[in-house]
Amino acid sequence: MKLKSILSVALGLAALTVTIKTNAAQPFDIYNPGGVRIVPIALSGYTGEVAAVVKFDLEVAGFEVTTPEKADFTLTGRNEASRIEGRLQRASTKETLLAKAYTGENARAQAHTLTDEVIQAILGVPWIARTKIVYKHEAREGQSEIVISDYDGHNPKPVTQDGTIVASPAWIPKQWHLFYTSYKSGYPWIYSHNLTSGERRPFAKFAGLNASATISPDGNRVAMILSKAGSPDVWVCNVDGSGLKQLTPTREDESSPCWSPDGTKICFASRLNERRALYTVPAAGGAMTLLRTAGVSNPSEPDWSPDGRMIVFTSQMGDFNICTVPAEGGTATVLVSGEDPSWAQNSRTVIFTRRSGNKRVLSLLDVPTKRVKDTAQISGSRSQPSWAR
Amino acid sequence: MKSAKLLNLLLVSLLLATFATGCKKNPKNITNIPGMRAQPSDTGMNPGIPPNVVPGGSGTVGSEIPMPRDGKRDTTALAAYTIYFEFDRSAIKPSEQSKLDSVATYLKSTPGVQLLVEGHCDERGTEEYNRALGERRAIAAREYLLQRHGISSELVTTASFGEDKPVSLEKTEEAYAKNRRDEFVILRPQ
Repeated sequence: MKLKSILSVALGLAALTVTIKTNAAQPFDIYNPGGVRIVPIALSGYTGEVAAVVKFDLEVAGFEVTTPEKADFTLTGRNEASRIEGRLQRASTKETLLAKAYTGENARAQAHTLTDEVIQAILGVPWIARTKIVYKHEAREGQSEIVISDYDGHNPKPVTQDGTIVASPAWIPKQWHLFYTSYKSGYPWIYSHNLTSGERRPFAKFAGLNASATISPDGNRVAMILSKAGSPDVWVCNVDGSGLKQLTPTREDESSPCWSPDGTKICFASRLNERRALYTVPAAGGAMTLLRTAGVSNPSEPDWSPDGRMIVFTSQMGDFNICTVPAEGGTATVLVSGEDPSWAQNSRTVIFTRRSGNKRVLSLLDVPTKRVKDTAQISGSRSQPSWAR
Repeated sequence: MKSAKLLNLLLVSLLLATFATGCKKNPKNITNIPGMRAQPSDTGMNPGIPPNVVPGGSGTVGSEIPMPRDGKRDTTALAAYTIYFEFDRSAIKPSEQSKLDSVATYLKSTPGVQLLVEGHCDERGTEEYNRALGERRAIAAREYLLQRHGISSELVTTASFGEDKPVSLEKTEEAYAKNRRDEFVILRPQ
């Protein structure tokens, strides 16, 4: 479904010759602040929803939509009933970097596909405007459901309709399959839910807490929090439920495990020795190692970037802040106010939860430019986003 | 023909986008933290190893929690004995001990029932952190009943709701204090 094809065809018009340039701009080193800047781009010819989608996608990617005089790039095109066109040019040289038309699916999908290609042509990395997220939607207090939507919050589709409490949805990487916590039995159990077949079954229903399931990058292993042995600990098992093993035999509580992209390590939050910190542990078992997050306190909710370089997490110092730290530990960088971050596949964009009055909203963060855009608003609260990747 | 080529290109780039997950760096295992001391532990830490490394393995600290029995939920019998916690803490406060003592008396005089301790948190924590903290609070009450009163391990089970079931939605210290709690539910044979 994520890869449902949208037809992108070359234009037959002589006026728009198709040029696929390989000499796109060099990929920015997003972890080097000097290597990233906000890219000014001018838009013309788009109207209505298509114009809004293109602008939103570009701003999430750290672009600023501006006038042609100030722009480094121009994107010119038009949207018709069932197709959109776009031509991307470098402003200084008028060199055409991309010229295409898009048909199929719907206008939003066409616009996302256009901006995916425009952003890739400029930044030199594959983009994420056509990816999905899953999150917890609390329509009224004490009642929440699992919902999937486009990355910008549009096209929400409920996964559960149980009228109970749910928590911490996670994808099996590259599969249309979720794990999440539900209290539908009265107790916090982890469920495995195949969205293609519709089959759902309890995955972990031990005594005490079963929560925070997260699936290894190869899709074969599950890390989760179980308290059956007497305190909330990190456990792992195979995706079929076999081979259950306790990784953290501590008396204190552990929470929010995540996998390193090579699948060899698990990072999580613990309050060992009454000091809240992030730790890593070998996924096959072994010693817990403290992950330094110098400069911030009370870290939780780590998520390892798909390129392996960074860990994004929440620090709690009065308020909640989204922070990053090098994956080997070090000095933390405070980015913006918010909690529960999840990386996109591009290792650049992060989706997170922001508290706003009595509501919680999902926002998108461009890590190198620290720019934040709220996703589409709906009634109720949304939290615990997980990006399909 | 031309469009087919382009479609291929598009597919290839989609595939690349899907599988470009490279991971080159293996973070170092051990980083020494100046100023962080190993504390005398209830975690069984050996003072001879670096303070930031904890022995792994499959050992168990704490006692195994029993499965809840199928039964009728009685939320009123022990409603008066809800206990409360300090912010971000799971230790039983001295002020709450007499309520737990009453819960123990009830259990001893009511054969055939099982106790479900439900742990809760205020909203000033991240969601999954609070889910673990709520469980820790439920376990703290369970351990008190087992250790102080000799209640059988099989009779006390736990569940955490984290911050998902507050009794008060207000954003005041008083409301937060009411939400940081263990509630006691009796599971009666059907």
